[in-house]
Amino acid sequence: MRLAALAGVVATLVAVTAGCGGGGGGSKSGGTSTGNSSVKGTVKFWGIWAATEQKAFQKVIDGFHKQYPNVTVTYQSKGNDIPTVLSTAIAGGNPPDMADVAQPGLVKQLVQQGHLKPITYAKPTISDNFSPAWEKLGEVNGKDYALLYKASNKSTLWYNVNVLKQAGVKPPKTWSQLISDAKTIKASGTPAYSLCGSNGWTLTDIFENLYLRRWGQAKYDQLSAHQIKWTDPSVTKTLQDMAQVVGDTGNIYGGVSGALQTDYPTCVDYAFATPPKAAFNFQGDFVSLEILQATKSKPQKDFNVVPFPTITPGPNAKAVETGGDLIITFRDTPAIEAFMKYLATPQAAEIWAKLGGFGTGNKHVPASVYPDPITAATEAPLAGATSVAFDMSDNQPASFGATTGQGEWGIFQKFLQHPTQISSIQQQLESAAAKAYKSGK
Amino acid sequence: MSGQSITAEPPPAAAPPEPTGEARSRHLTGGLFLLPAAILLGVWLVYPTVYTIVRSFFGQSGYLGTWVGIDNYKTLFTTSTLVTAIKNNAIWVGVVPAFVTALGLIFAVLTERVRWVVAFRTVVFLPMAISAFATGITWRLMYQQDPNLGAINALGRAVSSAVSSPGVLSNALPSTTALQTHGGGLLLKTPLHPGGVALLGLTGIAPTDVPQGARQAVKPAGKSGAIEGVVWRDFKPGGGKPGVVEHGELGLPGVTIELRDSSGKVVQTTKSDPNGSFSFKGVSSGSYQAGIGAQTFAKPFGGYSWLGPSLITPALLIAYIWIWAGFALVVIASGLAAMPREVLEAARTDGATEFQVFRRVTVPLLAPVLSVVFITMVINVLKVFDIVIALAPESTQSNANVIALAMWRTAFSGFDFGTGSAIAVFLFLLVIPVLALNIRRFRREA
Repeated sequence: MRLAALAGVVATLVAVTAGCGGGGGGSKSGGTSTGNSSVKGTVKFWGIWAATEQKAFQKVIDGFHKQYPNVTVTYQSKGNDIPTVLSTAIAGGNPPDMADVAQPGLVKQLVQQGHLKPITYAKPTISDNFSPAWEKLGEVNGKDYALLYKASNKSTLWYNVNVLKQAGVKPPKTWSQLISDAKTIKASGTPAYSLCGSNGWTLTDIFENLYLRRWGQAKYDQLSAHQIKWTDPSVTKTLQDMAQVVGDTGNIYGGVSGALQTDYPTCVDYAFATPPKAAFNFQGDFVSLEILQATKSKPQKDFNVVPFPTITPGPNAKAVETGGDLIITFRDTPAIEAFMKYLATPQAAEIWAKLGGFGTGNKHVPASVYPDPITAATEAPLAGATSVAFDMSDNQPASFGATTGQGEWGIFQKFLQHPTQISSIQQQLESAAAKAYKSGK
Repeated sequence: MSGQSITAEPPPAAAPPEPTGEARSRHLTGGLFLLPAAILLGVWLVYPTVYTIVRSFFGQSGYLGTWVGIDNYKTLFTTSTLVTAIKNNAIWVGVVPAFVTALGLIFAVLTERVRWVVAFRTVVFLPMAISAFATGITWRLMYQQDPNLGAINALGRAVSSAVSSPGVLSNALPSTTALQTHGGGLLLKTPLHPGGVALLGLTGIAPTDVPQGARQAVKPAGKSGAIEGVVWRDFKPGGGKPGVVEHGELGLPGVTIELRDSSGKVVQTTKSDPNGSFSFKGVSSGSYQAGIGAQTFAKPFGGYSWLGPSLITPALLIAYIWIWAGFALVVIASGLAAMPREVLEAARTDGATEFQVFRRVTVPLLAPVLSVVFITMVINVLKVFDIVIALAPESTQSNANVIALAMWRTAFSGFDFGTGSAIAVFLFLLVIPVLALNIRRFRREA
């Protein structure tokens, strides 16, 4: 939810700064225009997008109205409270036709309660435009129920251009390059990493990226669902990877005790302050706005972004951790079906992508549609991702995966304090997870 | 939560039964008047309390969930964060009421004798007017570890920099393993003889931290009868070759260089030139070692980690006492004002010292007021919540955990309403004896 809100602000900014966005990619025809006018009706759509995002989505709707002149889509913004608003509307027997939600767990819950309609009619369009890894994110029990229309990229690494220049290193492509770069950067006199240790989720995000990139989507999903134990050797290996960063305590700005008191987004500000306090910051695409607002850094000149470093070559090298807005349907009419199919086309994505603050896994959307180089750098890798996964906490009981100071967040903060005690950390994770999953039944 | 029930008044004493029709209608009217209050009490206090108690024996989610017996209570006493919460609450109860009452008493007695009583009392009472959340945020800023941010550590730095000054290169590190740490400074492992050259390469120095006037480092050729050398920033973009003086690497001026003889005794000391070079002249034959003095690396005061795992609870206690001392002061001062003066005067005429008057007369006479303050503070502290969530950073909230916070997190963040209810019931049980005490006192006073 936090990320969705941030993405909203990012969109606001990018849309303002990118008035003269670059030329769009070649538009492919989404549907045949013959017979489109025979589809009639109205679609009531509730979403979390407000302000600039709402305007952007209205343009997407306008694009649809050109293709289907006899269908009227009305969008209503319900803000971040949409889960509450939806459950109230469902209880009252009057849900909208369509909605967008940022919580995969909510989609699953609504399917299990029988409130959602499958979108199998859109499957050919979705399969045409999205790789199976993306399509899978909208599946519940093997059936398509949702479309991840607007995606964000949490697998990015932000760096301070000037610090890297002074140290004479290139932005890292692989994890081992990152570790050796970090040594050089330390020798140059600036700490390599700025961590937000006060917020446990920033630490679990690093772990999740590392786990996904080393072991792939299938194993990631199993660990999320606690089908793999936290004492598994794969977790050991990934914690060892992570210890190369969190165990390099002399290379963390403020040391361990400083990092534990640094919250998000303060650690972002540290990395891009003048003079810079650190070189690298592990955060998703949503921080560019923070950098622009809170620091004097200019895009590309002072700050830049690369994909999260690759751990091992092979199919998982380009894996992406994502978040975003899933579109769901509560009813099934020709108008709704037409709009759902339209949203899966490259045109529907390009209209918003040009305005900024938008990413998509649609493989027919070229990188050139993104309005500025930073957005292109963060969002274009989405389409090429071979392996995609949501934040782990979406599949975990909240008491384990999303509670301040307790469960996973608290234990990863302990890991930051004791990076050598990997097996003890694993046991703590496993016993906390076992407890949470057991009482979840 | 359950602490709120302290506002509930004891049930009104039943009137003696009078079986006349007039009395019956009077009873009916009385009942009607009682009804709204009874409904409110039932809906907002009785039902939630009963439900919470029942709920604590059931599983995680749903209106009731599955029956789990006393499992939730077992969880309460076996989960480390919850046990920490219970321990911390014990510390709070042990420290805060006593300190607040004592401070309030001292302030109240002392302010009786100062001229600007009202001004002083207002200042001490002011924190009460600020919300606990705002207080938490303010103290959090003051407690920051970085002396540039936190007022308390800034004070520490001002004191420490008056005593000792930080070195020119507090962050520097040796560039090769030939240089090893030696009593806070660095020492070159390789033994030197007259005519030898010492290479003291350092890294980890940001370009902005290089002392002013630094020039390209120059490696001396070596001179007979002298030991020469260079201390320099052994880094150029890309890293360069460690231990080799290269083009583009700056000498470090003003660094204290020590020459030690084979027994480890410092025989000569010098400072490096703008190009980093230094020279020890008139060295007699023998084996020597060169190194950099510890004062070069003296670290500036880095600040105490007030918000870190070990100091967070004391830090919270201080802030909390700061808030409530004013409350104690005002209550005790009013008790003091109502105290019969003649008793004090009598004691003084009988030759009691001021301290004896305080201990033998003032305190015993104030005892009822002091106990009100003490008990109120015990209840307040048992359900302490807002200051912890506002002041402690997320990373140490598990170290600073208290029962009320643990309950809220478990129930509304972890969505484990079973364990959450068990914590609430436990807190309720802790509050009951204090409540009973309070109610008994109300009765006595009435």
